[in-house]
Amino acid sequence: MATIPEFTLSQTHKPVPSVATPSVAAPVAAVAPPKLKAEGLHFFYGAFQALKDINLQVETNRITALIGPSGCGKSTFLRTLNRINDTVKTARWEGQILLDNQDIRELDVTNLRRRVGMVFQRPNPFPKSIFDNIAYGPRVNGIKGNLTEIVEKSLCRAALWEEVKDKLQKSAYALSGGQQQRLCIARALAVDPEVLLLDEPCSALDPIATAKIEDLLISIKDQTTIVIVTHNMQQAARVADTTGFFLLGKLIEFAKTDIIFKNPEKKETEDYITGRFG
Amino acid sequence: MMMDARTKRRYALNNVMLSLTGFCAIFTVSILFLILGYLVYNGGRALDWDFFTKLPLPPGENGGGMANAIVGSAKMIFVATAIGVPIGFLGGVYLSEFGGKTFPYIIRYMADLLNGVPSIVIGIFAWTVVVVPMHHFSAWAGGFALALMLIPITVRSTEQFLRAVPNNLREGALALGASKWKTVASVVVPASLSGVLTGIILGVARIAGETAPLLFTALSNQFWSDGFNEPTASLPVMIYNHAIAPYDDWHRQAWAAGLVLLTMVLLSNIAARTILARGAAPR
Repeated sequence: MATIPEFTLSQTHKPVPSVATPSVAAPVAAVAPPKLKAEGLHFFYGAFQALKDINLQVETNRITALIGPSGCGKSTFLRTLNRINDTVKTARWEGQILLDNQDIRELDVTNLRRRVGMVFQRPNPFPKSIFDNIAYGPRVNGIKGNLTEIVEKSLCRAALWEEVKDKLQKSAYALSGGQQQRLCIARALAVDPEVLLLDEPCSALDPIATAKIEDLLISIKDQTTIVIVTHNMQQAARVADTTGFFLLGKLIEFAKTDIIFKNPEKKETEDYITGRFG
Repeated sequence: MMMDARTKRRYALNNVMLSLTGFCAIFTVSILFLILGYLVYNGGRALDWDFFTKLPLPPGENGGGMANAIVGSAKMIFVATAIGVPIGFLGGVYLSEFGGKTFPYIIRYMADLLNGVPSIVIGIFAWTVVVVPMHHFSAWAGGFALALMLIPITVRSTEQFLRAVPNNLREGALALGASKWKTVASVVVPASLSGVLTGIILGVARIAGETAPLLFTALSNQFWSDGFNEPTASLPVMIYNHAIAPYDDWHRQAWAAGLVLLTMVLLSNIAARTILARGAAPR
């Protein structure tokens, strides 16, 4: 317990020297300032404590994966980052979350959510046309500019443009599940978020749709910081630069993905990775 | 098949309960069909084109119609809808989307109570606050009384249909930086529009047949009423007045009015259900 903060500090951009080196990097200043930083985060649903003393840093323009068994708090953590959990009546949290070193509770919440976009577990397109789905964010945020261009650009970034360019006025409900999820990613990208949070975005999709989404995440990470919650450990290994392992509301280990999967520091992490439980 | 006593008893009880529930279900439906059949039989014979175009005639003269009551009902339903639907709809939005814990609970409870207030009491209330100060019966007063009945119905049905909208749509809009109100107005309400409309149509159909709130608010009228400030005829009150009168021809007119009223209510029910079915289908 006491050692946990060590793993949470200073994920640097330097390549890990060797697999044998412990993940406990020296707490020197990171190369780039972290995009997101959680400090002493405790989260409660009523009397139930869902997160206990979470400390971690999300690096700019990298993919961070959060893994762990169901109910471990990883989704709750993700949903705290854009304060969408604040809409849950019994939810309450302590500690600090910093976006570019600014307390997210001091930011206007709609502004925060414009900067920190989110894609949900199940595709949730609005009952509107494909075009109107993508244009929704720019419209409500009063973003100036050519909507048609924004829609095309967002759909291209989400690798969906070729499939839908001739039916933009059709209902989004006419798309397949995988297409709907890419639509939701495009919708989130349309407001140019600095951070994109994804809550098990592929859990309802087949492997082909999943591969498309993974490719898409890798292709947008040079402009966007990505945090992805996933049940699929191969997915974390494939796409993530950094991986965090949650168990029973605690962040057990947080390190370079290589280290988590090849040489985890903690027994619990190793047990989970190797499928001995969870 | 071999059966011990216990198994036989269970089969017997099963059959008894099945018959009992089945009988009650059929009884329920048959009441509707009896009413419908009786109304079509009696009303159908009395119904003619004059019913829709002419004024009621004095006792002793055969024929005439209830054109003024049809127009009067339409006027008062219009007033009731114009007052009741916006208030009921916005109240329902509040209950479903805004508000904390205790306050909505109290409002919901009050709306249910208001829904249960006997319609004659609503009539007395409307008489007190509209008819007495105005010193005369009017379509305003009748429409106001009907609006009081429409509000709680609309509140509850709107709330119900908004609640049925999956929460992930709300979260999707909020996560894009939409404000709470923007989320409700641009995603939640459009997603439930067919349901909300259905609830409103059913509510209007329900108040269209109310008699008691109109008896001493709109009163009735054997002639055309100008505007909304005169005593105004309505189909339900007209049915009542004609049915208690001792003239055979008036009874026939009452049957015809009953048939017309019921047809209107049934048609709006069917319209409401069609809208709902269309809305539920993937678009």
